[in-house]
Amino acid sequence: MASTGQMLSRAAASPHSASRAAHRRKPVSALGVVLLIIRYVILIAGAIVCLAPFAWMVSASFQHEGDIFSWPIHWIPKNPTIQNYTSFFGSGGHIGTWLFNSTLVAVVTTVLQLFLDSLMAYAFAKRRFPGRSWLFGLFLATLLVPGQMTTIPNYLILKHIPFFGGNNALGSGGHGWLDSYAGLIVPAVVSAFGIFLIRQFMVSIPDELLDAARVEGASEFRIFWSIVLPLCKPVLAANAIFTFGFFWNDFYWPLIVMSSPQHYTLSLGLALFVGAHQTAWTLLMAGSVIATIPVLIVFLIFQRYFVSGISMTGMK
Amino acid sequence: MATHEVAAPARARRRRTVRQDMRREWSAYAFLSPGLILFTIFTLAALAFSFYLSFHSWSIIESYKPFVGMQNYKDALSDPDLGQAVINTGYFTIGSIPLTMAAGLIIALMLNQQIWGRAIFRAIFYLPVITPMVVSSIVWKFIYNGDYGILNYYLQNIGLVHHPISWLSDPNLAMPAVIIMSVWQNLGFAMVIYLAGLQSIPQSYYEAARVDGANSVQQLLRITIPLLAPTTLFLVVTSVIGSFQVFTQIYIMTNGGPVGRTNTIMYFIYQNAFQFFKMGYASALSVLLMLMLGVFTILQLRIYRPGSGGDL
Repeated sequence: MASTGQMLSRAAASPHSASRAAHRRKPVSALGVVLLIIRYVILIAGAIVCLAPFAWMVSASFQHEGDIFSWPIHWIPKNPTIQNYTSFFGSGGHIGTWLFNSTLVAVVTTVLQLFLDSLMAYAFAKRRFPGRSWLFGLFLATLLVPGQMTTIPNYLILKHIPFFGGNNALGSGGHGWLDSYAGLIVPAVVSAFGIFLIRQFMVSIPDELLDAARVEGASEFRIFWSIVLPLCKPVLAANAIFTFGFFWNDFYWPLIVMSSPQHYTLSLGLALFVGAHQTAWTLLMAGSVIATIPVLIVFLIFQRYFVSGISMTGMK
Repeated sequence: MATHEVAAPARARRRRTVRQDMRREWSAYAFLSPGLILFTIFTLAALAFSFYLSFHSWSIIESYKPFVGMQNYKDALSDPDLGQAVINTGYFTIGSIPLTMAAGLIIALMLNQQIWGRAIFRAIFYLPVITPMVVSSIVWKFIYNGDYGILNYYLQNIGLVHHPISWLSDPNLAMPAVIIMSVWQNLGFAMVIYLAGLQSIPQSYYEAARVDGANSVQQLLRITIPLLAPTTLFLVVTSVIGSFQVFTQIYIMTNGGPVGRTNTIMYFIYQNAFQFFKMGYASALSVLLMLMLGVFTILQLRIYRPGSGGDL
């Protein structure tokens, strides 16, 4: 993490150096051809193993319950049906809501987290105020604590948020922020690690740029919003993709916080659906396809950021 | 005495300048305050509360929540179920990490060259990483199904087994099954990290080695693998922390069974907190988990510290 910017550009840049290209132009020996074939055989075999579960998921989701239980199995559905999808949207009735909830929670958490983390990162990177180093040290110190340490106390804290969910001013009597979007989102919108990453990036922005704006009479927020944030696009993009993916896929926190079906996220809804429909495999496969498509689309659009983001924020 | 007389006004002056600095930099505090308030409640207070809980017998269904001192910790250390969970978690960690990293490294080495389909292969191997863990767990539960799972189908077809195997309900096979699924899920992550590590090795090292007559195996063992050490350390540390907190696969595929053979520490904490409502005991377990992970988390922070030489 010596230089976030440097690493980002490395991850984004083309990996083939000129010397390697020159090396390739040498005549290929027979041994080279054999090695290349072995390499492809291994890669293709690995790719098939990686893809097979997805292929089977998609295939089974278009089959009748009876067909997947009769051997030999058919990868191409014998009697294709979309019944699993229609009944998923029809009978349970909640999957549309779960999709909406997952999107809402992931988008709102990501936007809020990016905004608050950047604000704090700016103060830590570019301002000289009393208490800065020990406050920043305090944030860094909490990175030592695994995230799951806060789930139990936060469950109880949410339960006792005053004036919400039937609670009185002392925070008792109701369920507080439990089983609400706020309960899912608010505890997650400050990430010490996000602050750390963004701050490292902001430190590399030259102070002269900010001083010039200050001389022109720009307010601190204006400098932050119009000068610093646009320059931080790479780190923000990588962070956004990663945070979105994390909260879209998150299961543990929704499982603890949410209790009524209309508040479930897709992951939670699907997981509890497994418990209720242990053997309705074709139905479960259809639900799994529905839950995978959005992340797949986001991944294909932002693939570059995914890869740089994962090498940057791999810790989360 | 003399120094004291000099020091007192100096201290006062310093206090005054601190106050002046604070007034001048007020907007920095304004930038910090929204996040700081949330951080204070949901991280700092939560952590303090977590320790407080661990010294109490705290059930959310009972109003009497007495202080019990170290009792929760004593109970935990003599709890055979926790012992089993620690063993299971260790089994999962040792079973999954070397496999994941070796597979990730081999694929990264193969993809670290200008070969046809490089981007496609990389995307395919990375696909399981972005797939929701809940989905992967459901699909693999179906694949492992003891009656109609396709794993049994193919194993029987090639004659490896004669009767379908109940992978997830066999005490000896359940954990290996969960491990294989987790390797499938995570090897793309190791691959991407190793690819980034490989790209940071200067080509000139390999050119020099070739001039000295080193073959490709020697180059791999003497240049590539030693220079990937920081990457490997990073992966080991993050993977250990991740696998000590494994939960979703267990919740969906096995529920900790059969006979507790896949009950991991996180699942055990979850059960105690949110099924048995023993918040105090579960908090003590969380503190113990944190201590177990302590060495790895400190290592992790060192890797991330600017200027520590850690590249990732």
